Amino acid sequence: MADPMKIRATLQGDVADVRVLMSHPMETGQRKDSSGNVVPLHFIQTITAQLNGKTVFEATTTQAISRNPVFAFKVKGAKAGDKLSITWEDNKGDKRTDEITLGS
Amino acid sequence: MDFKRRSVLRGAGAAGAIVAAAAAGLVKPSAALAAPFNKAAHEAKNTADAMKALGVASPAESKDIVIKAPDIAENGAVVPIEIESKIPNTESIAVFIDKNPFPFVGSFDVSKSGVPFVAIRVKVGESSPVRVVAMAGGKAYTTAKEVKVTIGGCGG
Repeated sequence: MADPMKIRATLQGDVADVRVLMSHPMETGQRKDSSGNVVPLHFIQTITAQLNGKTVFEATTTQAISRNPVFAFKVKGAKAGDKLSITWEDNKGDKRTDEITLGS
Repeated sequence: MDFKRRSVLRGAGAAGAIVAAAAAGLVKPSAALAAPFNKAAHEAKNTADAMKALGVASPAESKDIVIKAPDIAENGAVVPIEIESKIPNTESIAVFIDKNPFPFVGSFDVSKSGVPFVAIRVKVGESSPVRVVAMAGGKAYTTAKEVKVTIGGCGG
């Protein structure tokens, strides 16, 4: 299991400004390790954000996203006390979900 | 005591599986650009092929998509870009970097969040236009911004 995400959200009116930092190597499949072997592809494929259990943001990503990806997006119709959960899944089937409560 | 702990873990695992199944079921065909993972687009070696795999046909140039990216990126491994679409009813945003070995960076379904904004950090292999395609009302719009890279972000 990967390290926890860092999720930060600030409310501006009813719009939540969400920033999330994920801990992931995001290997491109192009890099070679010290002994000259190609490091295999390893990257986050899908990201889903849910507000109170309802999907509000979905993304598919590739290895062109930087290591330890940082994403920011905005969600309309959010209010303090809402639960925001973010899930990612990588190409090796590893996944992680973290949840925060808005306005706390 | 230990037994209890096990059963709690098992319960949590089962709940997780249900959530995953629900999420999979909720993916509608209208979210064509976004999830599920698009293997063809991912493996396309040029932007045109990647767009085709995503079902984007002849996007129109538009000035209503705003890309905020550095003109010159010192480190191609981490290039911050911000995308905002001012086109009404923008459903999804897809990002391509023309000269990367695999240009498709990702697509973001913003139809349910209500705000067509996304910020990401990307790898840029060599100086290249960063191309953004926004889908709105079944039409595709595009714009691009050149980013110069002094140290490449792929390989190493």
